[in-house]
Amino acid sequence: MTAFVPPEIDWAALTPILIVLGTAVLMVLIEAFVPTRVRRAVQTVLAVVALGGALVAVAWRWGVVQSQGGSELVGGALLEDGPALFTQGVLLLLSFAGVLIIADRYQGEDAFAPTGAAIPGSTYEEEARRAGLVQTEVFPLTMFAVGGMLVFPAAGDLLTMFIALEVLSLPLYLLSGLSRRRRLLSQEASLKYFLLGAFSSAFFLMGMALLYGYSGSIRLSEIAKAVPAMAGMDSLLLAGVVLVIVGLLFKVGAVPFHAWVPDVYQGAPTPITGFMAACTKVAAFGALLRFVYVVTPGLTWDLSAFLWGIAILTMVVGTVLAIVQTDMKRTLAYSSIAHAGFVLLGIIALDVRGISSVLFYLLAYGLATIGAFGLVALVRERDAEGNITGEASHLSQWAGLGRRSPVLSVCFALFLLSFAGIPLTAGFIGKFAVFSAAIAGGAWPLVVIAVLASAAAAFFYVRIIVLMFFTEPATTADGRETTVVAGEGLTTVAVLLCAVGTVLLGVLPSPILDLAASAAKFML
Amino acid sequence: MTNPYIPILIMGGLALLLGVGGLAASAVIGPKRYNKVKVDAYECGIQPTPHAVGMGRFPIKYYLVAMTFIIFDIEVVFLYPWAVAFSELAVFGLVAMMGFLFLITVPFVYEWRRGGLDWD
Repeated sequence: MTAFVPPEIDWAALTPILIVLGTAVLMVLIEAFVPTRVRRAVQTVLAVVALGGALVAVAWRWGVVQSQGGSELVGGALLEDGPALFTQGVLLLLSFAGVLIIADRYQGEDAFAPTGAAIPGSTYEEEARRAGLVQTEVFPLTMFAVGGMLVFPAAGDLLTMFIALEVLSLPLYLLSGLSRRRRLLSQEASLKYFLLGAFSSAFFLMGMALLYGYSGSIRLSEIAKAVPAMAGMDSLLLAGVVLVIVGLLFKVGAVPFHAWVPDVYQGAPTPITGFMAACTKVAAFGALLRFVYVVTPGLTWDLSAFLWGIAILTMVVGTVLAIVQTDMKRTLAYSSIAHAGFVLLGIIALDVRGISSVLFYLLAYGLATIGAFGLVALVRERDAEGNITGEASHLSQWAGLGRRSPVLSVCFALFLLSFAGIPLTAGFIGKFAVFSAAIAGGAWPLVVIAVLASAAAAFFYVRIIVLMFFTEPATTADGRETTVVAGEGLTTVAVLLCAVGTVLLGVLPSPILDLAASAAKFML
Repeated sequence: MTNPYIPILIMGGLALLLGVGGLAASAVIGPKRYNKVKVDAYECGIQPTPHAVGMGRFPIKYYLVAMTFIIFDIEVVFLYPWAVAFSELAVFGLVAMMGFLFLITVPFVYEWRRGGLDWD
């Protein structure tokens, strides 16, 4: 038996993660000790400052990695390299915008239930609403989720990856059940997400156990070393790799592991939907990228049919089902599934350009997603008495919105165009980069399908734009109509950030493309 | 040489047999006398179907006790192996465990301050 050697811990390299998780712990203590009146303000400021600080820390570590190369941290449990830092930077930027939207209120009411435990529709719930109760636990929960997401793409072994997966998932299960309106739908979303998430964790764990049985290590680099060295146990290796990939594809929302996506995205509070759709996907693709690029290069021949099938199904099913949706949040959910398929193309490419194109695509997709869901949260119903109620998420309620609130509609159209991949938006550059990487990797049949799917997807994005700008507003029989609320300005800031980012990345993509390319060079 | 994984396969087969066998045996041999309580949903500690009395609230004390138990349970799960390997892990182990104990105290403090430990 070898003697125990304590791992070297490079605290400086851990600063981004430590800032976020440390703040999350501090926020729990704030929940315990700070009086209710000021809690909300304190939590909001703390969250924004911590995310900004962590972003600065990532930029600083980026400089270090550029000059000294990537390194293993905490005895190889975590890795600090180009793709990890780039993904973390993207995550922090997106969650910064996400937290602003989460913190926004209209007439003193945020998007979350006053008491999550109350039975929907009960007098107790109504009393809590009148008393103006707020659940500021939303902020520490979000920060814990961000902390898990930061660790996820930087994990150097499967156990760390699994812990990060759970740390990011558990708060999200809870947050998706906290919607202020449509409580039952929200609770259903939460339960479905939890059950399917637990199911996917089981896949991941089983795969991990098989890979450990195969290689004798949970370290990604050790498993990769064992791939050419061990003969005769291919079935164990392949089963393990496929199960781990399935666990990750669940989080990404690829078909056929997508069943939870539309229900959860629809039921969750819209700010959380945006946060989850953008950040979870970025983190999970970061982890998938690392796993596929580190462990499976020796298995391309065996895995390609599996990955190709998933990519084709994801693109086609996501696009086709998005076309037939009538609810805005569900449409965007299916569109996000289709986007997962496009990102998979870059992962299948197994090439340095594949890494950089995936990184760029995730940033472009994330900006448009956070922005679009932020705007969905502002479009509300107004009943005959003039009370503002829930979100007007049915597509027909968006008719004629372009005339009533042109700025919002133009921003929303911009995000849709970016989703569709129209030139001069970030989405176009992202799609172009991913498709060309896939062609370089020899996956041209996939690219043909992807281009066809993009063309079909453009149909429903353009249909929404036509609906907003060239259709008469519809009025319902009971006098309900669609209106746009202003909020406290936090959503406006976040959406403007996303819109400016989307245009800048579309018009002047080269600095970020270069950044992504240099990130790809430093993969450990 | 036989494949070293064959014993695992046999083990898995036995486990499957035991599980399915139990279900099958109780389905075949077991008496089937249903009453109201038996077909009701099972919920530990509270009425499974809360009525609208008390404004539709139901007590969550039981869950809080269960979760508090889990906090300390996890704590002991890690403390025990640490105690066994204490001298070997030395200062690193001590610092790591103190950090762990602090972190696990935080949710407990939260629960205590927010009234989770008050029974009434």
